[in-house]
Amino acid sequence: MGNPQMVMYEEEFNQIQHVVDRLVKDANARVVFIVDKNGQLIAAGGDAENVDTTSLASLTAGNIAATGGMAKLLKENEFATQFHEGEKANIHIQLVGNRVILVVIFDAKSSLGLVRLRVRKASDDLNAIFEKLLKKVQEPGADSPFAEITDEDIDNLFND
Amino acid sequence: MSFVNYMAREINCKVVYYGPGLCGKTTNLQYIYERASPESKGKMISLATETDRTLFFDFLPLSLGEIRGFKTRFHLYTVPGQVFYDASRKLILKGADAVVFVADSQEARLEANLESMDNLKQNLLENNLDLDKGLPFVIQYNKRDLPDVTSVEELHKLLNPNDVPEHEAVARTGLGVFDTLKSVAKLIVAELKKQQTV
Ligand SMILES: Nc1nc2c(ncn2[C@@H]2O[C@H](COP(=O)(O)OP(=O)(O)OP(=O)(O)O)[C@@H](O)[C@H]2O)c(=O)[nH]1
Ligand SMILES: [Mg+2]
Repeated sequence: MGNPQMVMYEEEFNQIQHVVDRLVKDANARVVFIVDKNGQLIAAGGDAENVDTTSLASLTAGNIAATGGMAKLLKENEFATQFHEGEKANIHIQLVGNRVILVVIFDAKSSLGLVRLRVRKASDDLNAIFEKLLKKVQEPGADSPFAEITDEDIDNLFND
Repeated sequence: MSFVNYMAREINCKVVYYGPGLCGKTTNLQYIYERASPESKGKMISLATETDRTLFFDFLPLSLGEIRGFKTRFHLYTVPGQVFYDASRKLILKGADAVVFVADSQEARLEANLESMDNLKQNLLENNLDLDKGLPFVIQYNKRDLPDVTSVEELHKLLNPNDVPEHEAVARTGLGVFDTLKSVAKLIVAELKKQQTV
């Protein structure tokens, strides 16, 4: 078999969203989002409507993949934290549990020190949630809506 | 690795366009981007050199129809085809749900196609993926409009021993581009079904 799937359920999603929303508040952030290492957006909060989170998600994952590749060449552990300082916007990128990436975008209303502090707490919380999610996914017997997919369903994908 | 989000009722999949330098990977994505309806596509990102060669990747998020009440979202990526960007190619293959191999039909590029196919297999293995173990895989014979192209029979023999779906294309005009995409999307959904019924 190929890759195991990543799955997100309502319960864990709500918990993750809660962590994201709290981090926005506690860190005075503009936008917070969580991406998996393949660049797929998992959750976003703050002023997320005004930024292109899909594009940012894929670039963040590319960035982490590239620095991860450099780390490997240097026989170094993955660089877990990155910070980019702009004129108005700053971006803090944190690898959480080597699984997902937590991104905080903030401006002069916040500070790197505060963001770092709050990200640490949020990372712990997220780690616990993803830990639980992973266990849940590995449990057998969760019934899937996709087992029933028909050829017709597949053909219909393009009929619009 | 597809990502099934029960909360948002979405399935996310990653498709990687692979192939030798200048074979037309980026052109495939550009055509899809031009023709897809505004509500189905996101922004296309191209990390390219000043001469328009792919430097790291192109990325295009695309929504297709619904399946069993789930929106399907495809994340299309291209790799940089130039030989010396191999480290980047490896990174981009990570987590792929499917691969489209774009071959350059020109006779002069035959060797480059074969090398790129070998390189693909090698890099997939390093990512624990395997074409022989059911990874959705489609081949496109591109640049059919040019003179001095290798025949499709010959290309088939050399590049497609497993007889996966294959399409002739002229990516520059769009011929075969959506056929290729459809065919890979179908394989992904079929694979999704298979995984659920084990
Ligand atoms: N004649 C012809 N030219 C094509 C076709 N498809 C692509 N091209 C041209 O081939 C050149 C290279 O195309 P790209 O799409 O940039 O190639 P690529 O595979 O992304 O190349 P790298 O990024 O270096 O890996 C461009 O000038 C395209 O216009 C085709 O079907 N026919
Ligand atoms: Mg390209």
